Amino acid sequence: MSAAAGAAVSAEQPQEESVLTVFERGAPGRRAFQCPALDVPAVDPAEALGELRRAAPPRLPELSEPEIVRHYVRLSKRNFDLDSGFYPLGSCTMKHNPRLHERVAALPGHARLHPLQDPARSQGALELMWNLQGALGEIAGLPHVCLQPSAGSHGELAGVLLTRAYHEDRGEIRHKVLAPDTSHGTNPATVTMAGLQVVKLATNPDGGIDLDDLRAKADADVACLMLTNPNTLGVFDPNIEEIARIVHGVGATLYYDGANLNAVMGISRPGDMGFDIVHFNLHKSFTQPHGGGGPGSGPIAVSERIAPYLPVPVIVRREEGDGEGSANGATPAPRFDLDYDRARSIGRLRGFQGNYGCFVRAYAYICSLGAEGLRDASETAVLNANYLLARLREHDVGEGRTAGDLLPLAYGELCMHEFVLSGGPMKRELQIKTLDLAKRLLDFGYHPPTVYFPLLVEEALMVEPTETETKETLDGFAEAIAAILREAAADPEIARGAPYTTPVRRLDEVAAAKQPVIRQALD
Amino acid sequence: LSTYTSTTDADRAAMLAAIGVSSVGELFDRQIPEPVRLRRALKLPSGLPEQEVYAHLRELATRNVSSEEELCFLGAGMYDHYVPALIDMLMERSEFLTPYTPYQPEISQGGLQVMFEYQTAISELTALPVANASVYDGPSAVASAAYLAKLHNGRGRIVASAGLHPHTLQTLRTYAHGYGAEVIEVPLLDGRTDLAAWAEAVDAQTSAAIFAQPNFYGAVEDARALSAAAKGRADPVVIAQVDPIVLGILAAPGECGVDVAVGEGQPLGNRLDYGGPSFGFFAAREEYLRRMPGRIAGETRDVDGRRGFVLTLQTREQHIRREKATSNICTSQALNALGGVVYLAWLGRRGIVELGELLLARTHYARETLVGLEGVEQLHRQPAIREFALRLSGPDGGAPLDVAAVKRRCAERGVNPGADLHALTGREADRGGLLVALTERRDRADIDRLAEVLGDAVAAERGSEGAARSPSGRPEQAVPA
Repeated sequence: MSAAAGAAVSAEQPQEESVLTVFERGAPGRRAFQCPALDVPAVDPAEALGELRRAAPPRLPELSEPEIVRHYVRLSKRNFDLDSGFYPLGSCTMKHNPRLHERVAALPGHARLHPLQDPARSQGALELMWNLQGALGEIAGLPHVCLQPSAGSHGELAGVLLTRAYHEDRGEIRHKVLAPDTSHGTNPATVTMAGLQVVKLATNPDGGIDLDDLRAKADADVACLMLTNPNTLGVFDPNIEEIARIVHGVGATLYYDGANLNAVMGISRPGDMGFDIVHFNLHKSFTQPHGGGGPGSGPIAVSERIAPYLPVPVIVRREEGDGEGSANGATPAPRFDLDYDRARSIGRLRGFQGNYGCFVRAYAYICSLGAEGLRDASETAVLNANYLLARLREHDVGEGRTAGDLLPLAYGELCMHEFVLSGGPMKRELQIKTLDLAKRLLDFGYHPPTVYFPLLVEEALMVEPTETETKETLDGFAEAIAAILREAAADPEIARGAPYTTPVRRLDEVAAAKQPVIRQALD
Repeated sequence: LSTYTSTTDADRAAMLAAIGVSSVGELFDRQIPEPVRLRRALKLPSGLPEQEVYAHLRELATRNVSSEEELCFLGAGMYDHYVPALIDMLMERSEFLTPYTPYQPEISQGGLQVMFEYQTAISELTALPVANASVYDGPSAVASAAYLAKLHNGRGRIVASAGLHPHTLQTLRTYAHGYGAEVIEVPLLDGRTDLAAWAEAVDAQTSAAIFAQPNFYGAVEDARALSAAAKGRADPVVIAQVDPIVLGILAAPGECGVDVAVGEGQPLGNRLDYGGPSFGFFAAREEYLRRMPGRIAGETRDVDGRRGFVLTLQTREQHIRREKATSNICTSQALNALGGVVYLAWLGRRGIVELGELLLARTHYARETLVGLEGVEQLHRQPAIREFALRLSGPDGGAPLDVAAVKRRCAERGVNPGADLHALTGREADRGGLLVALTERRDRADIDRLAEVLGDAVAAERGSEGAARSPSGRPEQAVPA
């Protein structure tokens, strides 16, 4: 390691005790759980279950509560998180997670509500879901919303199955789904799971869909086009109306991957662009904390023609005084109810009503911001992204070059809420790759942008600052990138060996995949 | 106006100058075609200050009757177990709550190690060697397991026990229609999967054979016999949806010849949340590892030789393999799985057995007590561990009672006696059916109270029988087979 790495490089760290797993801690006989006293006649499991009694109970750890707390709190400190620092991970919308949302989601009336509670006794939950559906529908510009899918890719599956159901109901069997080569990996993976085939669309020099390629591939066998707009290059497709015309012209549907909705809330609506089906990521645009890989929530909004096929149950609202009453006439039907009687529905995608805890948080967010605030959030997200892009372009990194020369914007001049840089010139001129830049950013206390996606950009670096970051943070990040580029011009080995200050350094991922150790061996 | 932003007017002016545009509007004007611009405000209420949002959300909460406010014997897939306080504290820690998926392992060792520990715990619980880091929930886990089977053997028939949760059957059908498989439902015989019909249903085209343990009606299935019967026919992938909370005393899937064990993780330290988020778990025999869906954490070393963890076997996943991926899943339920592994550590090696024994004893006591009531009989005679099914019937000829009406009578006295079986399954045989679940939070006095209230409600409903009418349950099962 070069001495030039300077103050950012810490001394070699000793093997920490915190690397032990929970299975390597504790001692026989220790415990946290105290079982309630047996207050009914004992039942011998051997007698009750016979041969189905478990022979060897699972070898769970044995720890006291203080040990458990200390173990997991120590582990937590080996994580970087959004509350600690800038997290410009492209396509992931790492905006601030308001703590109010945790508080309201934890209220017993929400958190301790059983999903099979009678609708008459869960009117608050159903009204919340109804209101959230209405808000999401207005934001999308589409009239019908289903909250059930558990994440974006789950919403995509719902969307492709809805498209299939729509076509099948019209007696048409269509086999192909078009998706641009810049699409999220979940798009083609979903298409395969839904029993259809992906046809890739080329990207034009401006970063949008190549219209000639689209016209050539759009035919009567196409069920759907899946599109993110703005797309994963940060480009709002200027030909969106023509794209919609072509797709609808062959009888196909248009699906909107809502991963980038944070760019256009209150500014442009997928429904107005011609999309038939939209999924939302409540864990991106609507502040559900990402939890290190979930929970998420992926509601969908659809047009009238798709509505009959929506998953069950559907929330319905009866007008006041419209209660029909139950069979014996004693109890009026509840105002909000769950309707399972939908003959053309694609069915269920999961148990119960979806990730309600995420609905509570997203709804609280929408209530806080309102129409104006949502628009302001998108405006500020786009402002921040363009500002960060401008700062990077102007930063002098020596030898008459700017950071923008080494990391040029892959497409376009401006960007929406995120932008994609190419690390190609940096790689050729400084001999460091995008991966090295990303790893060196860790030493500067930043989470790196998304790297090596989209695939068609050489050494891609996808940056999404979000609206909740300050100008100072953006300035600091731009300065850090410039500092790393200047440092690499002097000595590329520093970035190539990075990181130095993290709990561990670069890990052997090849060995991990070759000889997978995916659980602890126990005695 | 609260958007959780920090941009002042001065900031904005400086930023626009740096960009070289005159207004934020120009950024949009230059990029979005005018016809698709929204030239009006969204039709949404104005934003509210934090305290007013709190008041609104609190008011909505008061219009729900939670399991804190009534004596709750509802189960049928989600259960009112006690969630220890330390789980709330750990799940709310910023370091676990707010990161994204651990794409940068050097700064994500905490989350990755939690995944590794979780995988180990699930592997131990199920007695199967490999587990992933979570899927969405129980029903979708079954549908994903059946997809794994289809990828594994390429066959197009799924044999599914009618003892699966109705939401599981419905989810399975939705997914299977997509990936092109037919679902054949095998009926029950006295509450358990009809073994002869099961064996008969499995043929050379059978991709997967799926049952639940314990099943939806609370009955403990003869898992070994089901696995053996299916394997003896045509070697399908045998999949079990299991309730993890009873695996301290109930034979594990891996001990019963099961290939893939999945289930709903909510009983393990996750709150009810009106149905989610919780997590689905997914464990399998080694040969299925490279077809598993979802994230998998693996142990490795860093360049200095230090122990560390990474996401591994990513060539299965959508972001690498795209249309050839083994699943489309990306974001799953990492934080909820953290709750799961912390719960299992809290319960511990002895606790998981003690809790299982307590549930077994209380379930037996509750079943015996309730079946002694007039008009209440058991729906099946099979062993039960934590949940059991009853039939409520009228006085003349034993016509089924309207369970919804019985439940309303109980609710007036602060008791939720369980789930209305017919409303969930739509099956004629389930009319009058009540599914009663136990957790460690329901003690003997609670069970006695249930017996008193349910007994009175059934008696009253039997008394009011006479005016000719049919039960008013609205079947949930409206999904075409």
